[in-house]
Amino acid sequence: MIYLELFYTFFTIGLFTFGGGYAMLPLIQQKVVDNGWLTLEEIVDFVAVSESTPGPFAVNCATYVGTETAGILGAICATLGVVLPSFIIILIVARCYIRFKNSKLVSGAMFALRATVVGLMAGAVFGMLPTVFLSAGVSLSSLTSPEFLCSAVIFVTMLVLALKKVSPIILILCSAAAGILSGLLFL
Amino acid sequence: MSVNEKWRKALQLFGIFFKIGAFTFGGGYAMIPLIEYETAEKRQLIDKQEISDIVAIAESTPGPIAINSATFVGYRSCGVLGSAMATLGVVLPSLCIIMVIAFFLRQVMDNVYVQYAFFGIRAGVLALIAKAVVNFYKRADHGVFGITVMVAAFLWSAILDWSVIALIALCAVAGIVYCTYARKKGWME
Repeated sequence: MIYLELFYTFFTIGLFTFGGGYAMLPLIQQKVVDNGWLTLEEIVDFVAVSESTPGPFAVNCATYVGTETAGILGAICATLGVVLPSFIIILIVARCYIRFKNSKLVSGAMFALRATVVGLMAGAVFGMLPTVFLSAGVSLSSLTSPEFLCSAVIFVTMLVLALKKVSPIILILCSAAAGILSGLLFL
Repeated sequence: MSVNEKWRKALQLFGIFFKIGAFTFGGGYAMIPLIEYETAEKRQLIDKQEISDIVAIAESTPGPIAINSATFVGYRSCGVLGSAMATLGVVLPSLCIIMVIAFFLRQVMDNVYVQYAFFGIRAGVLALIAKAVVNFYKRADHGVFGITVMVAAFLWSAILDWSVIALIALCAVAGIVYCTYARKKGWME
């Protein structure tokens, strides 16, 4: 049943995401795309929508995938799924959080997981490269095509802006403007 | 706490976190200063000391930072009822807004200007995610162990396309083993 599947999938995503927000992307890529619920392109587009609307990325994403696959009830099941693991775990931890904070097991696991997230996220970016740069039917042999060059210029500019701590919303607005401009001029 | 007082406090938590969920762009970390202002400074629902522990706890437990923080603050100030109301409050705005957007997004996607805009936005989003990788990298271990784990995690997920969940479980165990060993050898406190 689709509702149970949505709940279960987002439950595991919530349970195994450390670091919050974008750290979910590798799991979403693996679970949501492989299930055929959304394409990678739709997910990349949705990251932009989520950045431009209030609320946590995890909840936004779960709601969106749920709505797209199974309507309002689907959205509620997926969101409940992504929230529940956190809720239960924090209820347990909040009772003895001093002990949890000083636990050598937790700090040891987190020591490795902080590095794991870096590798996983780099993998997610790697997986998105074809979606972003080769989306308009551009093949690897035509890297001088206007589509590829425009994407590359926008990417590099926005990366510089992002590293200069420009707000994500402004960044998305700028990329949208740059996209329309390059669309009108070159595509 | 009487039953009435408990419900009053829980409803107050719902209101505070609803407002935080409805007006914070950028997710979890962006919410922490707001949570601190609303629950510790404006109203004495929780100690300031506990707020500083929230980030540490939210980071070392799985799940979205926003949910972890809401549940934690709710529980510390008003028990299980408080945690349920705070979490519901922080989730509800997103749930409603995104459901509405999902219905519209399909329709505007046919517009050629929207398609051009998203052509640019995709490259911008990739830059945002790449920046998140840089941020995560800064907070991680840069020693031989950390770098090895990063490379292994990349190969595991991007090249081999093996299960991310299995990788997380393996790395957690590896971290515990490594840190126990490193402490014994005196490399680590």
